[in-house]
Amino acid sequence: MASMRDIKRRKSSIQSTQQITKAMKLVSTVKLQKAKGRAEQTDPYFNYMYKTVGTMLAKSGSIDHPYLRTSDTDRKAVVVITSNRGLAGGYNSNIVKLVTDSDFKKEDLDIYAVGGKGYEALERRGYHIAADASMIMENPTYPDAAALCDKVLSAFTAGEVGEIYLAYTHFKNTVSQEAKLIKLLPIEIDPEEVGTDSNILMNYEPNEEEALNEIIPKYVTSLFYGALVEAVASENGARMQAMDSATSNAEDMISDLSLKYNRARQGSITQELTEIIAGANAIS
Amino acid sequence: MAEADKIFQVEIITPDRIFYKGEADMIEFNTEAGEIGVYKNHIPLTTVLKPGIVIIHNGEEKKYAAVHAGFAEILGEKVTILAELAEWPDEIDVDRAEAARERAEERIRTKAENLDLKRAEYALHKALIRIDVANYK
Repeated sequence: MASMRDIKRRKSSIQSTQQITKAMKLVSTVKLQKAKGRAEQTDPYFNYMYKTVGTMLAKSGSIDHPYLRTSDTDRKAVVVITSNRGLAGGYNSNIVKLVTDSDFKKEDLDIYAVGGKGYEALERRGYHIAADASMIMENPTYPDAAALCDKVLSAFTAGEVGEIYLAYTHFKNTVSQEAKLIKLLPIEIDPEEVGTDSNILMNYEPNEEEALNEIIPKYVTSLFYGALVEAVASENGARMQAMDSATSNAEDMISDLSLKYNRARQGSITQELTEIIAGANAIS
Repeated sequence: MAEADKIFQVEIITPDRIFYKGEADMIEFNTEAGEIGVYKNHIPLTTVLKPGIVIIHNGEEKKYAAVHAGFAEILGEKVTILAELAEWPDEIDVDRAEAARERAEERIRTKAENLDLKRAEYALHKALIRIDVANYK
């Protein structure tokens, strides 16, 4: 049985760890509130964008446009959004697993890493990292998303990659986040899902093709931006949960150790008593 | 107030917020094809915006805003502008805009090496619009 001193030392070490996890939980709760508000505010823009692009494509199904064409190359670009910091439970590893367990061949992928954790994990596994934009994870803004979009789209139009995917964590609610892999280009939108009003005959200015030229990059950017903002919310949600369970685990360990400590204390008192009585008996 | 049968809905949405949502009887903005004004029952039109001033008319009342890049979807009863960036006059920092204008002009005038002329012109344009709109405070 461990000595009383050992148990006490271990208990105080767990207690100080618990204080850290408690503080981290509080910090991520505050950050989550902020990020959640931001994620909700980007929703209307994104939804409208999706609807507009869906409507345009549903009506102009036969249009031949670079952004809608599948190209011959097998290479695929994957934008992987993770966090720069750890201690967020399975948040980062879920995304990495999503990429490594997918049907893609490792050699075919160009990874555009946003978030240091995903960058490190995928590089270690031997994936080709085309670009690293981890800095923008600290505080993603729309121009950041636009810059990222520019990079990926220019690789697409140059024919270096034939498809663009996005791996990010969808923020369902505070306690549930889901890692998602979605295809961005070439666009496949289900017209029924969009629910377009086909009675309206829409005109385009300057013309359909040029309008698509302008709008599709904006559409992709809005997807990136939405994913970045959601990922920040998810990261903090995941961290909050991880830290919450760490705190309650610490609580369990502390109560377990307290019990052990008290037993050891009682044991040592009993032992001392027996020794004293034995000693007294021997003298008399 | 304007006459009720001329009123339509206007919505300006940016990635960060719903910038404006309300009624109008006329709206003016700058598109790739030039400046246009839209009344109720305009034909359905989707058009790409150029950086410019959006003026929302509602009777005697006029609202000005700077809108940079985006597109507009015009339906008979409703106009929706999806803008990457939109600002009210009182949100604009005139000093910063002036500084940006000078920087852009300097870049264009000196024709610095590896100058991205298009980008410099875009920056200049943006700064000029900001300064313009700020006058309508």
